[in-house]
Amino acid sequence: MNFKLILNIAFHLLQARLKQTVVAAIGVTFGIAMFISLVSFMNGLNDLLDGLMLNRTPHVRLYNEIKPSENQPINLSEAYKKNANFINSIKPKDRGKSIYNSKTIIKVLKADSRVVDVAPKINTPVFFNSGTIEISGIISGVDVMAEEKLFAFSDYIIDGKITDLTQNNSIIIGKGLADKMLLERGDIIKITTAKGNLASLKIVGISQIGIAEIDDVSSYTSLETAQKLLGEPTNYITDIQIKLYDMTTAPSVAKEMAATFELDAIDYQTANSQFETGSSVRSIISYAVGIVLLIVAGFGIYNILNMMIYEKMDSIAILKATGFSGSDVKWIFISLSLVIGVVGGLFGLVFGYIFTSIIDVIPFETAALPTIKTYPINYNPVFYIIGILFALFTTVIAGLFPALKASRVDPVEIIRGK
Amino acid sequence: MNNTVLETKALNKYFNDPIRFQVLKNIALTINHGEFVSIVGKSGCGKSTLLYLLSTMDTDYEGEIYIHNELVTNKSDAALAKIRSENIGFVFQFHYLLNEYNVLKNVMLPGLKLAKYSTKEIEHRAMEHLKTLDMQDQALKMPNQLSGGQKQRVAIARALINDPLIIMGDEPTGNLDKKNSDMVFDIFNQLTIEKNQTLLIVTHDNDFAHRTHRIVTMEDGSIIES
Repeated sequence: MNFKLILNIAFHLLQARLKQTVVAAIGVTFGIAMFISLVSFMNGLNDLLDGLMLNRTPHVRLYNEIKPSENQPINLSEAYKKNANFINSIKPKDRGKSIYNSKTIIKVLKADSRVVDVAPKINTPVFFNSGTIEISGIISGVDVMAEEKLFAFSDYIIDGKITDLTQNNSIIIGKGLADKMLLERGDIIKITTAKGNLASLKIVGISQIGIAEIDDVSSYTSLETAQKLLGEPTNYITDIQIKLYDMTTAPSVAKEMAATFELDAIDYQTANSQFETGSSVRSIISYAVGIVLLIVAGFGIYNILNMMIYEKMDSIAILKATGFSGSDVKWIFISLSLVIGVVGGLFGLVFGYIFTSIIDVIPFETAALPTIKTYPINYNPVFYIIGILFALFTTVIAGLFPALKASRVDPVEIIRGK
Repeated sequence: MNNTVLETKALNKYFNDPIRFQVLKNIALTINHGEFVSIVGKSGCGKSTLLYLLSTMDTDYEGEIYIHNELVTNKSDAALAKIRSENIGFVFQFHYLLNEYNVLKNVMLPGLKLAKYSTKEIEHRAMEHLKTLDMQDQALKMPNQLSGGQKQRVAIARALINDPLIIMGDEPTGNLDKKNSDMVFDIFNQLTIEKNQTLLIVTHDNDFAHRTHRIVTMEDGSIIES
């Protein structure tokens, strides 16, 4: 088949109906541009919301859960081994929250090829004293450099520098706490630990994650300061936070690590299942709207090609009389449709990029998200590939039926009808 | 190698709408190389129907048609399109030129489809045909800028582009005045004389028919005189 000739004929037919062709192509352009903008924006938003949680949450967290001993003494007794034993009033065992042999565990984890990095942490409840009022809260003792590397902690410091935490007896407190106690950077805050120890720490920064519940209670200090506060040795840590290269493997890795180190482990997916659901629903909505727009554009193309066939009956008849087969005629009309799809689709990609760039610079400032200044956009090239494939697919389908119709035109009927 | 260009055996054709009606009855016709044949008959006698069966465009018939001793009955759409492209040139009552292309391109189009020659060669041949028909000055005009007689001459040039075995015409002079009709006849006549071109023309113009070499007269779906 002579595709050059077929394309040439298709182009000439299109030129003859330039206006309609342009309208049809604009339909595709609009559909693709909207699809790109919508998907990019929605995914930008998803990334933002995911990041909000993901940045603050390790993929796997190892810790000691407070729970009763699984192996109760009765199970050791030979006499009752085969019986079903009921035990009342079990209390959780005091194993301490400290992770035993933590330094070795961290060393092993850091050597694991699946692990990006490991950040040790101490979580402990405290009271913040403000005059006569005690406000309960949490101090997280963090390894400053690891925390910054894994969780981009400095993104959430609205006042002060994270590196100041390495000074002795310094603390960064949540915005909610600071507001409640009328404290600012440079002030001294008094703390009572759960064991009754008193301490004064210097505020070197204010943090804001954007989730009020966290900002109202949380504060951050270095591992060393936290250990000092609690009167614990330098190997005392309560949590090991792990980031993996492949987040999707977190559940299985968590299970494996829990077994290896005889600790409790929780993975990202289990901890944040509601966020996953939200993201996928938003994606589905944006894809659905994009597809609907393209289907509408497809109907436009279908209409215009149908009209063109009625207009060009004579041309189709003479092409067939002079040696063009039905399939040649079919390909002429499919290429018509494809030309509209390719041109409209490419323009759609360009306009989609322009629209998203415009959205990207629209100011979007909210107290809850201190690091976000404009609407979030995800410029993933995959969206553009999907967009152009959608455009080609819908236009080919829209062109197929008119093309089949044209291929079945009986030249005798047309020529004899004159 | 015998000289037959077109041959039919026991050709029957029915119209089924609105009632079953036999249009062609047992047509047996042989056309030899170099003949200038006209088919005449009253309106509705089936002469155009016969032409379209012979043209391979209408495939709904009983019997057999041979073009150049090759059976074309029951061939596929694509195969028939190729046969038309190689062997048959058409001139209709209406010119059927594509308004999107200029005259030269219209003439070239069937040649480009067959692609027996290079584009350059086809263009050269198209120009030659237009020159023979005294249309070389109009080559780059669009069809809607031409008169009726000129358009028909372009259509004839288009029919000639692939050096067809036979040129078929369905009332090629039907829309033309006397002067232009004569001109078209002269062109056809010249083709038979100079190039030994085979022609099969359906017409109701008796004047035209009487000047051809052989007249096939039809009545009620049968050939009554050949």
